[in-house]
Amino acid sequence: MKRRKVISLIGLAIATSAISIACGQQQTTIDPTATNGTTGATLVVYSGRAEDLIGPMFQRFQAETGIQVNVRYGDTAELAATILEEGQNSPADIYFAQDAGALGALQREGRTRPIPETLLNQVDPRFRSREGQWIGITGRARVFNYNTDLLSSDQVPNSIWEITQPEWSGRIGWAPTNGSFQSFVTALRKHEGEERAREWVEAMQANNPQVYRNNTTLVEALGRGEVDLGLTNNYYLFRFKAEDPNFPVSYHYPTGDVGSMINIAGVAIIDSTDQPEAAYAFIEFMLSPEAQQHFAQGNSEYPLIDGIQPPDGQIPIAQINPPDIDLSDLEDLEGTLELLRSAGVL
Amino acid sequence: MTINLKQTLSSTSYLSTRRSHPPIFLVIMAAIVALGMALPLVYLVIRAMGIGLAPFIALISRPRTIQVFFNSIGMAFFVTLLSALIAIPLAFLIVRTNLPGRRFWSVVTTLPLAIPTYVGSFALLAFAGPRGSMIQILLEPFGVQRLPSIYGWAGVIIATTLFSYPYILLTVRSSLQGMDPAMEEVSRVLGYTPYQTFWRVTLPQLRPAIAAGSLLVSLYALQDFGTPALMRFESFTYVIFLQYRTSFDRSMAAALSLVLIALVGLILLLEYRARSRAAYYSRGSASQHQQPLIPLGRWTWLALGFCILITLFSLVMPLGVLFFWLGRGLRVGQNPIELITMMLPAAYNSIYSSGLAAIISTLFALPIAILAVRFPSRLTATLERTSYIGFGMPGIVVSLSLVFFGANYVPWLYQQLPMLIFAYLVLFIPQAVGTLRGSLLQVSPSLEESARILGRTPWQTLRQVTLPLVRPGVISGAMLIFLTSIKELPATLLLSPIGFRTLATQIWQATAESVAFTQASVAALMMLFVSTLATLIILSQERRIKNAQPSLTQLED
Repeated sequence: MKRRKVISLIGLAIATSAISIACGQQQTTIDPTATNGTTGATLVVYSGRAEDLIGPMFQRFQAETGIQVNVRYGDTAELAATILEEGQNSPADIYFAQDAGALGALQREGRTRPIPETLLNQVDPRFRSREGQWIGITGRARVFNYNTDLLSSDQVPNSIWEITQPEWSGRIGWAPTNGSFQSFVTALRKHEGEERAREWVEAMQANNPQVYRNNTTLVEALGRGEVDLGLTNNYYLFRFKAEDPNFPVSYHYPTGDVGSMINIAGVAIIDSTDQPEAAYAFIEFMLSPEAQQHFAQGNSEYPLIDGIQPPDGQIPIAQINPPDIDLSDLEDLEGTLELLRSAGVL
Repeated sequence: MTINLKQTLSSTSYLSTRRSHPPIFLVIMAAIVALGMALPLVYLVIRAMGIGLAPFIALISRPRTIQVFFNSIGMAFFVTLLSALIAIPLAFLIVRTNLPGRRFWSVVTTLPLAIPTYVGSFALLAFAGPRGSMIQILLEPFGVQRLPSIYGWAGVIIATTLFSYPYILLTVRSSLQGMDPAMEEVSRVLGYTPYQTFWRVTLPQLRPAIAAGSLLVSLYALQDFGTPALMRFESFTYVIFLQYRTSFDRSMAAALSLVLIALVGLILLLEYRARSRAAYYSRGSASQHQQPLIPLGRWTWLALGFCILITLFSLVMPLGVLFFWLGRGLRVGQNPIELITMMLPAAYNSIYSSGLAAIISTLFALPIAILAVRFPSRLTATLERTSYIGFGMPGIVVSLSLVFFGANYVPWLYQQLPMLIFAYLVLFIPQAVGTLRGSLLQVSPSLEESARILGRTPWQTLRQVTLPLVRPGVISGAMLIFLTSIKELPATLLLSPIGFRTLATQIWQATAESVAFTQASVAALMMLFVSTLATLIILSQERRIKNAQPSLTQLED
């Protein structure tokens, strides 16, 4: 009885001290100190991009400028919702999104801060907000990925219209909840008109497409031969090949259609930030040749400033001719979602 | 003239006082939890008020939405049914029979709970997907080019059942352990076969445990998003997620979540009906002797085969796939030691946060369970019901509600560890409440009443009489919360302190945008390792307690 008393007392003590330690634990988030100058400042970044791909750049930025970078990694859409729920108390200074739709959503809710002209002008107007509220950092091209065991290179269709033919029934994979896919459909609507776009979506839907929850699972399934061909972004394949050089998938750019580069990964400055200068320095660094080079060579993404080599094995930017759409035009995105819903895709 | 002691006792003011005045410290603790539960609800109501009524009506009356709604219900039903069919025999075999290696099966049949859905479903696809999966490759020499598609209903039911049947297993196990064997012995003495005894005596006594476990499984199946997404099954949560992912419409998502809560309420009502009002404690003297195990004889091989089959699919299969990915990475030259070292801080954080969550949640679940069982009233019943709200909602919804309240009302606590632990509490406390209720129902109130009559205060009664007797429930509850917190993802991503990695976030990091399956498999294997250790430690506590059961004589100390 006595021993049990002692044990339960010890347990209670441990529990209490654990709680008090947890409550007293210093957290590692921002400590808004410097208002002038940027050294010694801390930037809080909410990043929808994966740490593997963007982390090294954050660290290099930190090393070069002395600005501390604290990153919360998460899902692009969930982080956008978080920033909106946090309101003006948001600790976030920078939001790094995987697609333009999320950036546009923040812009629409008025949570973004204008980016200086000097930074905006480094990037083609097609890849930044018209109102200067966000800016693209790298581009992602839409591409066909196909299983090389099931399809030879001359069997691969050349156009998105070919894959609506009955012979492709059940052999095509797509990920309709993905932001890049939706941007692609938006571009289709703008470039070829509402009617044609609806025709394509409905024809695809009638052709028994295999639905995947994101690009990663789609390409993984391609590797297993579950589907013959997939509509996805250009850079996934190279990451799979890095894990497994014998990955039996290759890529093909459809020609003559709606263009290839459709979406961007980009940055917005949150309106409640207290570190605007540091935020500008951050964007400047991400658009610097050093960073853009890393994105191109390391991640196989498309650089958005002039004069950088495109990723190895990818079609150069000059040959990619996306239509002139404002990626954050939300009336466009709403229209796309409506189209996809009415066709039963979403 | 016989004196009916019970009647005399019941006429004393003591008992009538006790029925209307639960100890104040219990009420305060329960009120804190109630406040926590209210937060997600309040958030949802606030957000939902921002929708346009017309678009909302349009959305929920779409044939697709209605179909998806009923799909979800059907899926939850079949998952629960299948889980019960697996868990009840397993629990019985492990606790009541002389199955060889019972301790081993105890552990391995609980472990599937430690496997996150996003890992388990992915593994199932890599194992049994239509093409290119392990089974298909094995069968290819026999001319099998394509397996029947596991996507859709089959996949989602199998994947969800395999990794959530332990809910029912744990509650039934702790109920079997706490059951008074006298009734079954009497049944045998009266001439019933073991089979008949099981159906007529044991099973009815297991009803609250089965109901509690089924409640957990069905709610879990309803709010899960990872498995339906991978298995291409359109569940109702999918519709909610679409609002976040595509239209960035939090108001619509909130309104849909309220619909989900209405469904959760309905299921809670069903569970309430399923519990009979019967008493589950023995009215005679509490006999605490060890019940003799049922010899299986020639059924041993069948029983073993059943256990092996279930373990093969729920544990060996995901492990196998994880090791396969690991092996593939090693072949390409990745260094396993480096990867493990990289994951160590995350492992430590996982253990720390989940451990804290388990202790604190179980602590706060006790008052709710005690109030609900010993002081039944509308209020306490409502309190117990509302604790399930957090569990029945998608993690992202609970997380956003805490983000809203945290950032705007308690910013000094926002994105600190206590808030994350609080999130785990809101999400997982019903697991502990359920198991505690089950255990508490098996404790005769007369033991506590005797303690009070002998002069103990309510607090002393709680500590010296009630707590020791509900240990099986406490242990199951704490274990459940540990296993589920360690794999939790949405709340951890949004509410943990910046830089606070857990094994779950590492797995997600490795597979969301990047393609680092090797990294993911290392993190997942470490998570399983930690979970196994925790399960072993906690189960060993169970054994020691069995050997040190309190008896009535100890009350006189």
